[in-house]
Amino acid sequence: MAAFAIGLSLAEAVIPSPLPGVKPGLANIVTLLVLQRHGLRAAVWVSLLRVVAGSLILGTFLSPSFALSLGGAAASLAALALARWLPASLFGAVSFSILSSFAHIAGQLTIVYLWLIPHTGLLYLVPVFAAAALLFGTVNGLIVAKLQAGDVAGLAPSAAK
Amino acid sequence: MNNLDIPWDRVKPGDWLLLGVGTVAVAWLFAALWGGGAAERVIVRSGGRIVTETSLLRDQSIAVQGPLGVSLIKIHQQRVRVASDPSPRQYCVKQGWLSRAGEVAICLPNQVSVEIAGAKKLYDSLNY
Repeated sequence: MAAFAIGLSLAEAVIPSPLPGVKPGLANIVTLLVLQRHGLRAAVWVSLLRVVAGSLILGTFLSPSFALSLGGAAASLAALALARWLPASLFGAVSFSILSSFAHIAGQLTIVYLWLIPHTGLLYLVPVFAAAALLFGTVNGLIVAKLQAGDVAGLAPSAAK
Repeated sequence: MNNLDIPWDRVKPGDWLLLGVGTVAVAWLFAALWGGGAAERVIVRSGGRIVTETSLLRDQSIAVQGPLGVSLIKIHQQRVRVASDPSPRQYCVKQGWLSRAGEVAICLPNQVSVEIAGAKKLYDSLNY
């Protein structure tokens, strides 16, 4: 699963993004699936492995990009850990995905503000990132929901685990 | 993908609630952080303190005294610029015309700054 997550990260790195930091967050799909099937510890391991291995392959290990990736993942995992308290009958994969994506951008924006760009002009980017988090969080959540019961037939063969 | 089967049966009430809350939150963020308001006032500072606050809508010239000399600020046709300034590198003069809310020109050596403020204040302070 970790390998799949890394693969997704690398594939995503190739996609041009309109703005630095706006990305579909596809690797989170794997994290969410692992969380549901194998629990929090496994999800944390898979996430960390993805961040470290992905950064080694992309050549960004120990760079600011790596710190942001790690910070985003950590914030996202914290949100997921808390989200597990939500009643499962009312909150599905979409909720987890949305919560984790908002936590992710919040964590990253905080790191950027505290370390890289301590400038209030950053506030202009917040709505854009929030909109992206909402959109991709929803899309990823729907993808996870589809995959959760093993309903892989609904997606392209290359996405099959 | 040739078929977009959205798994509606796995989207639960809480999901919809979060989607709604999220949408409201995003809309609110855009309104709060991007709504600068129309450019209306010009604020001139010398040595960090406001010396003049006037309307962008009225053509006028303002001379501001600083440690190096006089900075001349011109407001013309709803734009403002630093027309002349004794600073060595002339960065604030080179900046040209300011027209939008939030735009600032700073003459650092002469300690003079010009700022266009909108109807709403986005930042509570601007330091140089």
